[in-house]
Amino acid sequence: MGEITQYSYFPGCTLKTKARDLDRYARSCAAKLGAELVEPEMWQCCGGVYPLGSDEIGNKLSSVRALNDAKEHGLELVTVCSACYHVIKRVNDDMANVPDIQTRANNYAQFDEPYKGETKVLHYLELLRDRIGFDKVKEAVTKPLTGKKIGAYYGCLLLRPSKILQFDDPENPSIMEDFISAIGATPVRYQMRNECCGGYRSMENRALSDKLVGKIFTDAKNAGCEELITACPLCWYNLNQYQGPDKLPVRYMTEVLAEALDLLEAKPDPAELDGVSCACMHEAGKEA
Amino acid sequence: MTPDERLIRDEILAISEVDVTKCMHCGKCSASCPAYDVMDIKPHQFPSYMAHGEIRELMNSTTIWECLGCSTCIERCPRNVKPGKLIDGVRQAVIRQRGGSHLYPEQIPAMVDPQMPQQLLVSVLRRERK
Repeated sequence: MGEITQYSYFPGCTLKTKARDLDRYARSCAAKLGAELVEPEMWQCCGGVYPLGSDEIGNKLSSVRALNDAKEHGLELVTVCSACYHVIKRVNDDMANVPDIQTRANNYAQFDEPYKGETKVLHYLELLRDRIGFDKVKEAVTKPLTGKKIGAYYGCLLLRPSKILQFDDPENPSIMEDFISAIGATPVRYQMRNECCGGYRSMENRALSDKLVGKIFTDAKNAGCEELITACPLCWYNLNQYQGPDKLPVRYMTEVLAEALDLLEAKPDPAELDGVSCACMHEAGKEA
Repeated sequence: MTPDERLIRDEILAISEVDVTKCMHCGKCSASCPAYDVMDIKPHQFPSYMAHGEIRELMNSTTIWECLGCSTCIERCPRNVKPGKLIDGVRQAVIRQRGGSHLYPEQIPAMVDPQMPQQLLVSVLRRERK
C-alpha cells in the first residue's frame, strides 16, 4: 500500500462499548488500507443528537474540542458512527458559518487560536471512497463476498440535511452500494433504504420502531436482499431487536469489510461488555 | 394569546429560525413523516398553529415527543420551511420550563435493556430533559 496517512479518529461513546465490532474493524481495515486512525488523548461524547436550537452552544462544545484537536494536529477527522458524523459535521458548519456560535464558542474555549471550522470531517465511507479509493479497496480484497446480495441501510443521520452534510444524494444515495461492489458482493437497491428506523424513540415507543423496521425488512427482502449493512449503532440495535416476519441479518459495514479483507476475529465474550454503562467521558486507553 | 404565550411564541420562532408565513400547507412534510400515525398535530399543521397563536395546543401535543428528528420533512419541504425545526423549538420551549422535562434519569433503569447502545441513552436524555 505504500504510504501511511494519519487521521484523527473520533470513536464516540457506543463504539467503546456496545459497538466494538464497528470500532475494531474500522481500525484494522484502515490500517491494512494505509490509513492510521489516531484517537485523540481525550474526547467527550458528541451527545448523539445535534442541538437544533439557534441558542444551544454549550451542547456543541465537545464537538468543537474534537474538531480543534484535529486542526492542531493538522489532521482530517474521521468518524464511523452515523450520529457522531452528523453532530460533528453540523457543529463544524456552525463554527464556519454562524458568527454568533463561532464567537461564543471560542470565547468560552480559549484555544490558542480561534477555531473557525477549518477541520475536514469525513465519514469512514468517505475515507474509503475519497481518500483511499474504492478501486484500492477492491485491490486489497482477498476474500470477496462473491454472490452475496447485500442491501445498504443508510437511515437518516448520514444523509440529511444534505445541504450541510453533503454526504451523498439524500434521496438516491449510492456510496454504500459502491462500497458493497468494492468488496465483491452484489448491492441490492430497495425503496426504504433511507427511511428512519425509529431512532431514539425505541426506548419509549418500541411499537413505532418495530413498525418502521418491519417495513424496511419486508421491502429489502422483496427486493432480494440477503442481509443489510449499516454504519449506525442505533439503527443496528433497532433492526436487530425486531422479531417479526421478513427479518434479515444486519451487520456493521466495517465487519463485512473485515470479512473481505480477511481480518475477522473471534467475537469477544459478551460478559466482557457487561457493566459498561455510560462512556460519555472517555479517556483513551482506560476502558470503562 | 396571553402575554406569556406571546413570549413563548417569540422564543420558539427565535430558536427555530422558522418563518411560518412561508408554508403553503402542501402536506409533503406530513406525507414523508415516519411518525405521522402517532402524532396528534401533524407536521404540516405546526406553522398554522404558530401563526394563529395556538401555542398551548402545540406544547401539549404528542408530536413534540414522537418526532424522530430524521430531517425528512426538512429535506423535502419545497419552500424550505423546516417544519422539524419548528417542532423541535416547541419541544425545547417545554423542557426549558421548570419541571418541563419529559424524562428523568431515575426513570431510565426500568426502561433499559442490556443491549441498548449508549447512543440511544444519550440521545433520549439530550432531547427530553434540561
